[in-house]
Amino acid sequence: MIDQIQQRILEEVAGLHQVPEGAYNIRTNGQMARRNTTANIDITSKTDVSGIDIWIKPGTVHESIHIPVVLSQSGMHDLAYNDFFVGEGSDVVIVAGCGIHNCGSQDSQHDGIHRFHVGKNAKVKYVEKHYGEGDGGGKRILNPVTEVYMDEGSSMEMEMVQIKGVDSTDRRTKAELAEGAKLVVRERLMTHGSQYAVSDYVVELNGKGASADVVSRSVAKDESYQKFDSRIVGNAPCSGHTECDAIIMGAARILAVPQLEANDIDAALIHEAAIGKIAGEQIIKLMTLGLTEEEAEAQIVNGFLK
Amino acid sequence: MLTLENVSFEVREEKGQKEIIRDMNLSIDDHKFVVITGPNGGGKSTLAKLIAGIEKPTAGKVYFDGTDITQMGVTERANLGISFAFQQPVRFKGIQVLDLIRLAAKKNLSAVDACQYLSEVGLCAKDYINREVNASLSGGELKRIEIATVLARNTKMSVFDEPEAGIDLWSFQNLIRVFERMREGTDGSILIISHQERILNIADEIVVIADGRITRQGAREEVLPTLLGTASAVDACEKFYQGGSGK
Repeated sequence: MIDQIQQRILEEVAGLHQVPEGAYNIRTNGQMARRNTTANIDITSKTDVSGIDIWIKPGTVHESIHIPVVLSQSGMHDLAYNDFFVGEGSDVVIVAGCGIHNCGSQDSQHDGIHRFHVGKNAKVKYVEKHYGEGDGGGKRILNPVTEVYMDEGSSMEMEMVQIKGVDSTDRRTKAELAEGAKLVVRERLMTHGSQYAVSDYVVELNGKGASADVVSRSVAKDESYQKFDSRIVGNAPCSGHTECDAIIMGAARILAVPQLEANDIDAALIHEAAIGKIAGEQIIKLMTLGLTEEEAEAQIVNGFLK
Repeated sequence: MLTLENVSFEVREEKGQKEIIRDMNLSIDDHKFVVITGPNGGGKSTLAKLIAGIEKPTAGKVYFDGTDITQMGVTERANLGISFAFQQPVRFKGIQVLDLIRLAAKKNLSAVDACQYLSEVGLCAKDYINREVNASLSGGELKRIEIATVLARNTKMSVFDEPEAGIDLWSFQNLIRVFERMREGTDGSILIISHQERILNIADEIVVIADGRITRQGAREEVLPTLLGTASAVDACEKFYQGGSGK
């Protein structure tokens, strides 16, 4: 059963207004609520630990998999291991949002451990949204771990979004790329109140021609704290780029730690990091268009995180 | 109509107070195209900011259509109908040209309607509409987008602070045409700060400001001849306008 609160959260994290098409597995409060498999995509429950295995047959194209998680019970600590086996030459979209509604006084926590085994020449678009709500004193905590193992010629684009309501996040992402594999990460993060968010990436470029582009755009408001730690390791002739661009507001704190490690003479690696407040002239420009100071600020933040 | 009454603007410096605008009286009538010129450091840009509300006078009053707007902020003045184009346009990461034009027009313009304003300032609209207003745009492109936002607002009063600054001659040629068209098409008044003879040439009135004071003011026909050959009326490049033949 999926109740109204859960339905709304599903809309927030996975854009789901109804039952999705294609394969899906909806997990609510630590239990499987609904599942659908297709001819090419099978989902099976793990027997040793909580979680699922997703099997995508080689050559599966234009199919999507939704695996949203909803926590609406205060005090719940949910831990799930999800393994994706993406077959050779397939081209799929995977949507994996997690939303917490906590109106109780106890902390609610979801730790999702996702492992992607991306087959040769396969292509994956992965979207992960985090969202929290509820007016209880209990914290909403999300600690995702993502591991990506990419075979020759595969490509993966990851879009990680956490805009609102998550009190504490410790995100660990690790990727290993074989020859010609390509990884693109786009992270968007906004923290407010006294939230805490750590995002840690380690990308190993192990094969010739492998490439990675890890870019984070974030806004830290109020008293929140963010740490972005991105490390790209070039072990072969490869190219890597990592960038952190952050807007700091109020009494927030941000630590950006881009790191590069080259273990091959032909590893071309670049990092960029910038932290700054909204420029006064940006606000004034929008005010000359008739916006109030608050509207101008919101517009700048929304544009930045778009 | 915009009226400045005994307006002064002082800033505090290490050596003491410095008066940038001194007891200035100025009226800009409706439907007029007025160009303010004068030497650098004379207070022209400060005057533009005092009109837009970015700075507040330390003495005197500012009236817009009879309303005392001296204490009004930038937003209020913008909503009353004052537009301001920055000398150095601001860049925004993530905000697209279309977003900015929609914000300026205060309505959810279709991309086609928004494109109209870009075409007006000589930009091939489809190439720009979805671009971010960020560092990937050149100074000239930004400047034209800045002017397009003022066009989209279509207000009673438009103030342009040195629209020619930072753009190449080719763009400048087109810019003159933009202002010529604006002059014909708008019901409001246009106030441009400029040193360029070609802009002064299309003015109804010219105001010369030096050392925080108005030193001359009057119809173009009267004032312009006295300025030619001075730093207040610079010819961008005579040979360029003649087609570059060098004759």
